[in-house]
Amino acid sequence: MNQLTLSIIFYVFAAVTVLSAAFVVFSKNVIYSAFALLFTFFGVAALYVFLSSDFIAVTQVVVYVGGILVLLLFGVMFTNTIMQTDLKTDVLHVVPGTILLLLMIAGMLYTFYTTGDWMPGDVQLQGSVVQRVGFETMSRYMLPFEMASIVLLVALLGAAFLARYDNAHKNEH
Amino acid sequence: MSQSISLNTWSDALSGFNLGWFPLGLVIVAAVPLVFIALYALTYGVYGERKISAFMQDRLGPMEVGPWGLLQTLADILKLLQKEDIVPTAADKFLFVIGPLIMFVGSFLAFVVLPFGPAFIGADLNVGLFYAVGIVALEVVGILASGWGSNNKWALYGAVRSVAQIVSYEIPASIALLCGAMMAGTLSMQQFCVAQSGPYGFMHYYLFSNPIAWLPFLIYFIASLAETNRAPFDIPEAESELVAGFFTEYSGMKFAMFFLAEYGSMFMVSGIISIVFLGGWASPLPNIGSFALNTMTSGPAWGAFWIIMKGFFFIFVQMWLRWTLPRLRVDQLMYLCWKVLTPFAFVAFVLTAVWEIYK
Repeated sequence: MNQLTLSIIFYVFAAVTVLSAAFVVFSKNVIYSAFALLFTFFGVAALYVFLSSDFIAVTQVVVYVGGILVLLLFGVMFTNTIMQTDLKTDVLHVVPGTILLLLMIAGMLYTFYTTGDWMPGDVQLQGSVVQRVGFETMSRYMLPFEMASIVLLVALLGAAFLARYDNAHKNEH
Repeated sequence: MSQSISLNTWSDALSGFNLGWFPLGLVIVAAVPLVFIALYALTYGVYGERKISAFMQDRLGPMEVGPWGLLQTLADILKLLQKEDIVPTAADKFLFVIGPLIMFVGSFLAFVVLPFGPAFIGADLNVGLFYAVGIVALEVVGILASGWGSNNKWALYGAVRSVAQIVSYEIPASIALLCGAMMAGTLSMQQFCVAQSGPYGFMHYYLFSNPIAWLPFLIYFIASLAETNRAPFDIPEAESELVAGFFTEYSGMKFAMFFLAEYGSMFMVSGIISIVFLGGWASPLPNIGSFALNTMTSGPAWGAFWIIMKGFFFIFVQMWLRWTLPRLRVDQLMYLCWKVLTPFAFVAFVLTAVWEIYK
């Protein structure tokens, strides 16, 4: 594949990401916002592929599209009178908003220009990414990995406790 | 001879082929699975399923159009093409139209990592299996879009049921496939097939060479039925309760799109199960002494033949089950997933790990 085709495909995905993200923010209909989020997540996954990190790209699709987006859609669909509420998308607080925007852009540009040459990693990737990720999670990043698993376990237990069919409570009525 | 097979030669050659700036070869690589889905869905999918169901119920099936009703499918396509493209007045037009499209794209995207023989694969990703399991998420969003967009309570119920089912059954299915990944030590679809090919044919398949592999194999097969909404797990489209589930309001070509997506994912899960547990494109015939049956039946074309035949076999089993078993209730479906399949999948996972360490 030559350079031109590659850049065309890249810009198509970049446009999909940015435009759908704008639609998520500016749409007055919650359902449309939620569905537009699909294209944003998908575009971001495609951009990860351009960074040669296909593992992160697939994880992005699995976690965000398969998990978070579906949960979001369920939440939106099961909420009552969702179609009636008019979302506020007017422009409010113009001055603080503009200042915040400018600060953020300045911060990003500063980082972009001061980080002149990106440091190559001291471990060059050889073979499968998945293998490397597995080794790293099981050796160097063992503690964060285990802590994340404990957090998830606690969240699961809490969810199961909240959603439990409460026998004692039922008998009172 | 497995070592001498050069992988991906056809698809690599194709993807390097440009017509000026236009990457024609890449388009052809993408078009091959699409043409395959269309052809197989029309012949084996629609006509075959009708005939198989008819024979199981001691009927003849379609017999009127053409000899043995062979042209029935063509007549059906003509009918579908000529139908008026109806969008209900109360429906959400945008979601109603985009739903079947997202669903078909989701089903078709998985074919990127399905190897049609040793020489042809869309993209030999090193996260191939993970990708194939994960991209199903797109289908879920398509189902929700069409169910909500129809603005019909049966459609919405069908969509919600379908999504709950697919999301739940992804867990035992993924753990079962993880067992396969542990056996092979890779996630690349081509490497799965390479690891299971050898001079003794089917003896190299994990299902036959590993004493625990039958457990994840069965778990994945059951879970894959639920993921493709096939009977006995077709509660999202239960005719007796929900008219037709999330595609109640669809007709014409949009309805055909749902069918193509369903047949596409049927072949995909059959392909995944044959790649992970049954060697994919590796020939099942062993070399018997000097009579090198395995060597004779290996190669790019034979590989395509074997994987398609294995896929078709599992599709036949899916059809067989559909016309044999009654439909499950919603609560039975969730019981089977969370209290039966998921614990057994964990058991299979631990046993496979122990076997892989001490074998």
